[in-house]
Amino acid sequence: MPAAANTLSVLEPPPMPAAPGAAVVPHPVVVAHPAAPALAAAATRAAAEDVHTQRADSRRRRELMARVLAPLFGMALFVAIWAAIAQQGSIPGPLKTWQAAVQVFSDPFYTNGPNDQGIGWKIGGSLSRVGIGFGIAALIGIPLGFLIGRFMFLRNMAEPVISLLRPVSPLAWLPIGLLVFKGAHPAAIWTIFISSIWPMIINTAVGVQRVPQDYLNVARVLSLSEWKVFTKILFPAVLPYMLTGVRLSMGVAWLVIVAAEMLTGGVGLGFWVWDEWNNLKVENILIAIIVIGVIGLALEQMLLLLAKRWQYD
Amino acid sequence: MDHYLKIENVGMTFETRKGPFVALRDIDLAIRQGEFVTLIGHSGCGKSTLLNLITGLNIPTAGYLFLSGRQIAGPGPDRGVVFQNHSLLPWLTCFENVYLAVERVFGGNETKARLIERTRHALELVHLTDAADKRPQEISGGMKQRVGIARALAMEPKVLLMDEPFGALDALTRARLQDELMRIVDETHSTVVMVTHDVDEAVLLADRVVMMTNGPAATIGEILEVDLPRPRDRLQLANDPTYMRLRKAVLEFLYQKQLKAAA
Repeated sequence: MPAAANTLSVLEPPPMPAAPGAAVVPHPVVVAHPAAPALAAAATRAAAEDVHTQRADSRRRRELMARVLAPLFGMALFVAIWAAIAQQGSIPGPLKTWQAAVQVFSDPFYTNGPNDQGIGWKIGGSLSRVGIGFGIAALIGIPLGFLIGRFMFLRNMAEPVISLLRPVSPLAWLPIGLLVFKGAHPAAIWTIFISSIWPMIINTAVGVQRVPQDYLNVARVLSLSEWKVFTKILFPAVLPYMLTGVRLSMGVAWLVIVAAEMLTGGVGLGFWVWDEWNNLKVENILIAIIVIGVIGLALEQMLLLLAKRWQYD
Repeated sequence: MDHYLKIENVGMTFETRKGPFVALRDIDLAIRQGEFVTLIGHSGCGKSTLLNLITGLNIPTAGYLFLSGRQIAGPGPDRGVVFQNHSLLPWLTCFENVYLAVERVFGGNETKARLIERTRHALELVHLTDAADKRPQEISGGMKQRVGIARALAMEPKVLLMDEPFGALDALTRARLQDELMRIVDETHSTVVMVTHDVDEAVLLADRVVMMTNGPAATIGEILEVDLPRPRDRLQLANDPTYMRLRKAVLEFLYQKQLKAAA
């Protein structure tokens, strides 16, 4: 197959221009070629490069489509369906909602008495309830997870209680909170606390149990103290699991706060939804839904970023 | 100190779901201070189990082990261990990995400056001064294993225990690390017990090669004295009649005497 052999050999790169003074070793295959095949070869090579750039171009186009255009297209379709449904008349369309939103966000921090405050205060109110309830849950849940993961007796003790309480709907805890804390505000925080503690306990405990035996063998061979084992091996090894638990908990907390605030009232996004339902200002309900979604997304992304920082492999 | 590390009539039986499994039986071995012993055998022959018994990670179900006159009752920093898969902590730098061990052993009565110096010296010994501040996932497999050796040696252990330390490395890296290990052992006069499945490695490094029979109920089959002068050079040994005879003896043990038993 002389032709095939030629094509193959001429596809080899041409010798590099030699640096001054460097010994030039001619490429035997290229030199041995008569002129005609060499020209054909150049053409073939140009064609080949062309194919390569074309391929690269189309790959870039596909990536652009997947990364940017597809999400944009999805959002556009979503808005279109929304607009179509709004035509039926029961809910306001995107345009009306947008105009209402411009108005709502034009003065985010006004205060007109305890029940009429700007969107900024509402977001702040919801976030602070979530922050406090979730913060206490983390302070208790994470150490508890470590203990449950480390000691089998505690694990066996806690397992039935956790399995029993975890599937309970968050709002079922609200009356207990109202009863014990004698106030709507602490009851909402209590509800956040009790519903967001489980993922942190469970993920931390699982993380502790999954610490690679190799690392624990290092600890045993060095006979490290319990404190050193905790700070140098256990905690860093569990951290990725713990952060997953934190992320799941935060998701739950943010889901629950809206429902809890609907029932407890006060300044917050949840009560706002309920309030505007009573006022029949549906466009504000839609704004609230979008704001809740955006904040939930932002919290999730923030925690994902944080988790990436502690990935070791 | 003729019996620096003494293994007396040791047996190890694991309780499994299918009933007791006899991994080791009737192991008797005395290792001198400064001696380099390699344990070789087919996989599943319990050589790693024996090493774990010396480490103290497992306690034998029969017999006793003594290290410089004291019975081994659990793991302790007087035995430096180099693990098969390096077992470096990925969230610590190479320096910090070694420092953790140094601090454990000498932290009680030495200044911090001295501990840092010890750590630096250990990394220097394995030629890793430049990689001190890198994390394990940023360096090659051979370098990781060298950090593991540095960590074990920095503790100035009575005995260095190595569980197939070079098994996961490519042949060239393995050869280089073997040469380095011989140099380090010459410098530090360490007592070493190394598990290996590599015949050349077993003969090249050892003063004695302990050959183990196939499991279950494995025990010591034969012990081969390697009376080659040190320092040893792998290129010269390649044609050395003594080396070739010893190598052949190990091969015969593994592939004639023990393979039949296994089949």
